[in-house]
Amino acid sequence: MADAAFWLMALLTVASAVVVVHHDKLLYSAIALLFTFFGVAGLYIFLWADFLAAVQVVIYVGGILVLVIFGIMLTNKITTVNISHTSMQRGAGGLLVAFVLGSLGLMITKTPWLVQHAAEPDQTVATIGRLLMMDYLLPFEVASLLLLGALIGAATLSRREE
Amino acid sequence: MHSLESYLYVSAILFALGLYAVVTRRNGIAVLMGVELILNSANLNFLAFARFGGVNLAGHIFALFVIIMAAAEAAVALAIVINIYKNYQSINVDEISALRQ
Repeated sequence: MADAAFWLMALLTVASAVVVVHHDKLLYSAIALLFTFFGVAGLYIFLWADFLAAVQVVIYVGGILVLVIFGIMLTNKITTVNISHTSMQRGAGGLLVAFVLGSLGLMITKTPWLVQHAAEPDQTVATIGRLLMMDYLLPFEVASLLLLGALIGAATLSRREE
Repeated sequence: MHSLESYLYVSAILFALGLYAVVTRRNGIAVLMGVELILNSANLNFLAFARFGGVNLAGHIFALFVIIMAAAEAAVALAIVINIYKNYQSINVDEISALRQ
């Protein structure tokens, strides 16, 4: 049962990612990206990362995807009915990707992975909070500075010039 | 039972598809979507190794930071794309070589 659910989630992720990279209409790609993000969030749950799955849905679907759709809407004239665009050199790109995928797959198959089995943790949120506030406090603060810089930079860049 | 390898395969496929979008798409926003796919595949790897490496939650912290970076990157990149559109009336990444005309 859990296996079937996992493969269903993996199939949803991969199939919608194919639509994202291959559909001619940009808006359809964005909608497919929604399903990819949800599929990845589902895979996170299988990996016992419940907090990260929630963060994925809130930030990716609620934030980044909305930004992407805004970007599509703002960079196309409303009279252009099909918001489409072309892909170039699909053959060469496909060859490159096949090579990368082949070597990655070979690496995954050949490597003797060390797997340590451990019990499922009771809760992850408390541990993540403790790690963030103790071991990773400096990166945490730097990340907040980065977000502030990105906020100011994005607002300055997209402001209309007088 | 699903193993570490199955997650790594899914992540490798996501990475390859994101790379494909980055190299073949000519619309700036579509390239950005490819980058998001690549970041998602990296996150999937972090969490898979955290789960099969003895439930070490440091992997979750790294994935969290990647998500934060992705949010900042998406905001700035879209601001740049909108600015480019104002200057060029197009966001075809082949035609753009300067941020200011």
